[in-house]
Amino acid sequence: MSDEPLRPGADPAGGGSAVARIGRFFLSGNVVVVTFLAFVSALFIGAIIIILASPAAVAAWGRFGHDPGAAFAQSWHAIATAYSALFIGSIGSPRGIVEAIASGDGHRISGAFYPLSETLVSTTPLMMAGLGIALAFRAGLFDIGGQGQLILGALGATLGGFLVPGLPIYLHLPLAIVLGALFGAAWGFIPGILKARTGAHEVITSMMLNYVALNLLTFLLTTALFQAPPRYQPVSKAVADTARLPHLAGPSLRLNLGFILAAACVVGVAWLLQRSTLGFKFRMLGANREAARVAGVNISLQYVLAMTLAGAIVGLAGTFMVLGVDYQVAAGYGGTIGFDGITVAILGQGNPYGVGLSALLFGAFAAGGRTMQLDANIPLQLVQVLQAVLVLFVAAPGVIRTIFRIRVRGAGRVFGGWSG
Amino acid sequence: MSQVEPAAPGSRELRKDLAAMRRRALAIALLALAAIDLLVFARTTSAGSKTIFELNAAPALPVPPIHIPVLATLVGLGIVCVLLGLAQYLWKGNPRTYLLLGIGLALTGIAFLAWAGQGETVDVEGLLMTSLIEAVPLTLGALSGLLCERSGVINIAIEGQFLIAAFVGAVVGSATGNLWIGLLCGALSGGLVGLILAVFTITYRADQIIVGVVIDAFALGLTTFFLLSLLVPNQMTLNSPAVFGPIPIPLLDKIPIVGPLLFDQNIMVYLTIIILVIVQVALFQTRWGLRVRAVGEHPRAAETVGINVLRIRYRNVILGGIVAGIGGASFTIGSTGQFAHNMTAGLGYIALAAMIFGRWRPLGALGAALLFGFFDALQFTLSALSAPIPSDFLAMFPYLATILAVAGLVGRVVPPAADGQPYARE
Repeated sequence: MSDEPLRPGADPAGGGSAVARIGRFFLSGNVVVVTFLAFVSALFIGAIIIILASPAAVAAWGRFGHDPGAAFAQSWHAIATAYSALFIGSIGSPRGIVEAIASGDGHRISGAFYPLSETLVSTTPLMMAGLGIALAFRAGLFDIGGQGQLILGALGATLGGFLVPGLPIYLHLPLAIVLGALFGAAWGFIPGILKARTGAHEVITSMMLNYVALNLLTFLLTTALFQAPPRYQPVSKAVADTARLPHLAGPSLRLNLGFILAAACVVGVAWLLQRSTLGFKFRMLGANREAARVAGVNISLQYVLAMTLAGAIVGLAGTFMVLGVDYQVAAGYGGTIGFDGITVAILGQGNPYGVGLSALLFGAFAAGGRTMQLDANIPLQLVQVLQAVLVLFVAAPGVIRTIFRIRVRGAGRVFGGWSG
Repeated sequence: MSQVEPAAPGSRELRKDLAAMRRRALAIALLALAAIDLLVFARTTSAGSKTIFELNAAPALPVPPIHIPVLATLVGLGIVCVLLGLAQYLWKGNPRTYLLLGIGLALTGIAFLAWAGQGETVDVEGLLMTSLIEAVPLTLGALSGLLCERSGVINIAIEGQFLIAAFVGAVVGSATGNLWIGLLCGALSGGLVGLILAVFTITYRADQIIVGVVIDAFALGLTTFFLLSLLVPNQMTLNSPAVFGPIPIPLLDKIPIVGPLLFDQNIMVYLTIIILVIVQVALFQTRWGLRVRAVGEHPRAAETVGINVLRIRYRNVILGGIVAGIGGASFTIGSTGQFAHNMTAGLGYIALAAMIFGRWRPLGALGAALLFGFFDALQFTLSALSAPIPSDFLAMFPYLATILAVAGLVGRVVPPAADGQPYARE
């Protein structure tokens, strides 16, 4: 889990021509290469799954003996349809964007940028959830309670958003955001303090708190305080206009200030980990707990701080979702984003900037997946499979080494068992 | 292996503290139960009200319903809880934590049912029946986790194994029309997921928790993807399996109350009991079990006496996958038939919790699974009554209980020493 950006010259046998160096860079199996190869492998496995789900392709493979060309053609057709819809839905059609800008028509331009805006909207909560979980990773803690912390953050932001109407936006919006962070922090504090005081493993406690949060949410959505007035449906009251994150690119695109704040958080967490005393203690704890203890770090305190901070950051994921996009919470709010945050953090190798890039990739997957489902009629869950396979290979670089027969530096990160 | 950690901070003092804390906490818990009983339930009960406990499951075996005088029951049970709490507080010996807490909870459960069902009929037999059926996948999942963790591999992929096996069981059972082949394929698919977990964590030594979590995400994505793309368009051929019917056990099923509950169930219930007994005996009475536990506690020492650590771990993780696969198949061909989106809904994680709550022991896992199943079933029973209890709080019980358990408040929870540590030969 090196923090430095990848340096091709870091190879001890560095030197030689640029071509030789580039060649070594790819053969050395560093993080970028492993991630790239894992990505290729994930796309390959995804392709097999697409073929299996395509009746035309399966039928063509059934007639392989008579017409092998058709089998390949049908398979290629199915794969190309799916992946091109995934691309168009996440980034947009490059030609469409160029033409829209050339036309100068504002309406057309925002239409052309709609996929990109959707990608960034999906990226925002993933980035925050991944960032919080990555922070805990770096302190040697596995925060699996992202879902619960996200729900609590969303609840706090909603509460702050509807409870005190009539405030000016420069007071109301920060209030709602802070409340969201505090609620999330509380949900991270519990596993932290339990670990510090009793040694209870944070994986178990934070996982259990996910379900407590889900049930708490369901309950709160039946109370007069939270439930929207006719009180027929399990949805909360809406956040006041003054607590909503402003849109960045006109009302027709959902892109909002939340993305900018999330990007700022990436820089902030990177600074915290690399430049602050607190971050140094976290990293010491994560690198070698015994050494940290001997060096006089108050381990219990760091556990509590790291989990609370992680909870606050993941809570902001829910906060930005509520204040930027949905404006209210419903039963089961957040879906799998709390869990996706774990995969984002693993893919980013715990490095804040890596997490930012991973969140962008998964955000693109999420936005593209919705288009793929609508246009190519391929279920959105394909991207969940792609993400899981990608992360599985990144978590076990040895597998990539075996498949592609390259050297891989270092092994995957290991947290150890329940007693840790 | 630098990864082997010393125990939690200040472990010796902590342990002493914890024992005292636990004794106090348990006494307080029992007194709190009594307080709820007497101050909340009994105060809101009018003197003459009665509750009818329905114990009739099979029409062929009529059992007269029991009329319970609510107030007298509440006061009586409350006093018992107070006495238990006081005894616990004053008794300095080794506390029988689980036994006492179990009794306290059971008594409060009875008091609660009597209170909630005032003037109405509570279907107690139905409640117990549902608890038992809910406990089947939980027990199997917990046994799967136990098989893996006793050999030193954490299995968080139980949820994923459940989902994939539920899917495969439904599809194969539906396509072949043979439920036994469906069950077999479901079990094998669980074993296959176990094999994936084994390859990544044992051979490639990736982090076991990470791989487990990612396998769960993979399984959820994959089953939903194929559900929408293949099963929904072919609902009749691929996703409408029959379900296993009840198999009455001659004579035993004629016992009132117990007969219909335990001896007129489908194969899943019997299979669970058989697997439970096998795991319990194999783990603690056989040479195989001794080896497994040695590998889970101290793999290096096990290796030096000639035990093949990696092979034992592989075998156990695959076996665990098969057991979880049987549990997964029970979701579809064991109860509802059709496969539905995310139908396990986190029960794989509750199974993991049941394993921990049961302290890595098969019988403990069964007890925890029954307790969790009971609280799940209680929600259904309560929704049939007019009592104003938010079921969401009952639904939280298993999770809160597990948090308390791992926090050491109800007995020390000690995992196998090498649990979660990848093993590399020297």
